[in-house]
Amino acid sequence: MTEQYVAAIDQGTASSRCLVFDRSARIVSVGQKEHRHIFPRPGWVEHDPEEIWRNVEEVVERALNEAGLQPSDLVALGIANQRESTIVWERESGRPVHNVINWQDTRTDHLIRELGGPVGQERFRERCGLPLATYFSGPKVRWLLDRIPGLRERAESGEVVFGTMDSWLISRLTGRHLTDVTNASRTMLMSLQTLDWDQELLDAMGVPRAMLPEIRPSSEVYGEARGQLAGVPVAAALGDQQAALFGQTCFSPGDAKCTYGTGSFLLFNTGQRPVMSSSGLLTTVGCRIGDEPPTYALEGAIAVTGALVQWFRDNITLIASAPEIETLARTVQDNGGCYFVPAFSGLFAPHWRSDARGVIAGLTGYITKGHLARAVLEATAWQTKEVVDAINSDAGMAMRTLRVDGGMTANNLLMQFLADVLDVRVVRPIVAETVSLGAAYAAGLAVGFWPDLPALQANWHKAAEWLPQMGEEQRARGYRKWRKAVARTIDWLDEDDE
Amino acid sequence: MGRAIQSIERAAGILRLLSGRTRRLGVVDIAGELGLPKGTVHGLLRTLQQVGFVEQDAETGKYQLGAALLHMGSSYLDGNELRTRALNWSDSLATRTGEAVRIGTLHDAQVLIVHHVFRPDDSLQTLDVGSLLPAHATGLGKVLLAHHPYVANELYRDGLSAFTPATISSRKGLERELEKVREQGWAADIGELVQGQASCAAPIIDRRGLTVGAMGIVGACERLLEDGGPRGDLLTYVREAARSVSRELGAIPW
Repeated sequence: MTEQYVAAIDQGTASSRCLVFDRSARIVSVGQKEHRHIFPRPGWVEHDPEEIWRNVEEVVERALNEAGLQPSDLVALGIANQRESTIVWERESGRPVHNVINWQDTRTDHLIRELGGPVGQERFRERCGLPLATYFSGPKVRWLLDRIPGLRERAESGEVVFGTMDSWLISRLTGRHLTDVTNASRTMLMSLQTLDWDQELLDAMGVPRAMLPEIRPSSEVYGEARGQLAGVPVAAALGDQQAALFGQTCFSPGDAKCTYGTGSFLLFNTGQRPVMSSSGLLTTVGCRIGDEPPTYALEGAIAVTGALVQWFRDNITLIASAPEIETLARTVQDNGGCYFVPAFSGLFAPHWRSDARGVIAGLTGYITKGHLARAVLEATAWQTKEVVDAINSDAGMAMRTLRVDGGMTANNLLMQFLADVLDVRVVRPIVAETVSLGAAYAAGLAVGFWPDLPALQANWHKAAEWLPQMGEEQRARGYRKWRKAVARTIDWLDEDDE
Repeated sequence: MGRAIQSIERAAGILRLLSGRTRRLGVVDIAGELGLPKGTVHGLLRTLQQVGFVEQDAETGKYQLGAALLHMGSSYLDGNELRTRALNWSDSLATRTGEAVRIGTLHDAQVLIVHHVFRPDDSLQTLDVGSLLPAHATGLGKVLLAHHPYVANELYRDGLSAFTPATISSRKGLERELEKVREQGWAADIGELVQGQASCAAPIIDRRGLTVGAMGIVGACERLLEDGGPRGDLLTYVREAARSVSRELGAIPW
């Protein structure tokens, strides 16, 4: 028998990539291409959907060529995608009616406040697990329906349809209009209980059901690809952070992963029950394999982690490259009492204070640039601790191990400090590409390439591990100071600012 | 105090500018920053270029610090930077070989481990990052010594300690070994630091052709060796991975 492979498309915010994996989950080849960001106005962020589709075709081609493979060598294709980004297209022609509205786009700001009414942000949390925020897809669709003449009528007749990036790609690949349940859980239109579109949410948001995709499991053969990949089963779709959770093989309740990039996303598996957060975290679907019950997750996003190191590099210019922060931080033994809270655009989970702004606290004549570098790195760890504490209290169970991935995991000082302040084992897996791997795993499971979850867990190996070494007293003292620093960020913004 | 020589002051100013954040500047930028006429700056740059202290980028015409200057200083690649750039390649090397991967740089005539990937078998292992190993008794160290002869000279002066009967502990022996390493482009240690343990390594080279680090695997002799030397397939993986990291650092592909 010739060797067989699974391909994953990772349609991300910055680029589209295609990775090919073999049965032992080793990366065989990679194709990658960046796409444009379109900024029509301040706060607006768009992509050209046709450009993204062309890039996807191109990166698939590149990945196949690099490995010398034919489509017939692929047993399945899985998709992981940037979440919440929204697109509306004509069902018949497949032509988009507008650019993709990216998840970072804040054009729905006013609409959000309107939708919240007197209840505010939390109005729909009970049903969909999410607070009202500009990220999610529902309000973006509503914006398009309000702004493009005639679009609402065409949506009501089902002539134009809505989808997130998974739907867009699946539609182009197979001709079917569907989405996976993890992506649907980011629209604010789906009920977390029924896992179907929720009429009350649709009515409140003003989105007609006729334009919505069918909600399917994350791992299931959706159909065979046409065109370039003719005959390859399209067999999985997951939002990128959920894909990373799956790729890290966090299959059991209590398993957690955090992806450390510009910002960071911590997802915690809560098993078959959706846990509603009282600390401002998001409740989301983690994965659903075929007809099995879904797995839910609690999600905490940290806005500024790697971005703080970049800011330190570009705006303070004490370092020339991001990794040098570790070198600088190691010139001193500790933070010298200095704490840095990067509330650059307010405090997010679990505080949710938009009136907060960043502070560097505890400055004395003793503080050097090395202490500042420490404070910059420690900020990522303390922010993670706040999210983990919130999760532990919401879920009523304690996280034991944190699986990490993303660029900042190259920073040993940070990873050790993270283990120290969380007081848990921090583990980095040997396959860093957890997003693509998760999509490949889900697709491979659907076609029987891998038999079951234990087979996937057998592929997971740790590349590095950090154990807590800090004493309880020191941790408590550090955390107390961090919280005092956080308290000092609040109420900075005044009415007449900006 | 005697009067300062103006042209040296100005040349130093240029070098300081180029060692700053942007690191690549055009004549106009430099003239503007230093408040000097363009012609003067151009003349200074030409001399600095002749002695190899600055280089001009062929495409953009901008200037940057030259190789000669970098050779003189101790501005080796930052170890944390090296780890970050090597992360994907070292993970895949560990997956392909099934062995632990380490990357080392020279530090006080010893090998400083800047990166370590566990052997992918989920056995109990601890991170070696930050530890120092004797250079003459490890594959990593021999690669580094072979390309930094003045460090080897320091070692000869202080004497070569023997850790096992296989450790190369004579100056002549090590000189012969390093000559071989330079020729073949890789190094191995066969039970020379720890009995029953072997390692092999290849150089990581930056865009100036400097050996800035070494990358290799370490493990039990029975897995790593055949016919008294490193297994051919493992050696190929190690060399490929080191070349990939070198390319990542901008070395000319070879």
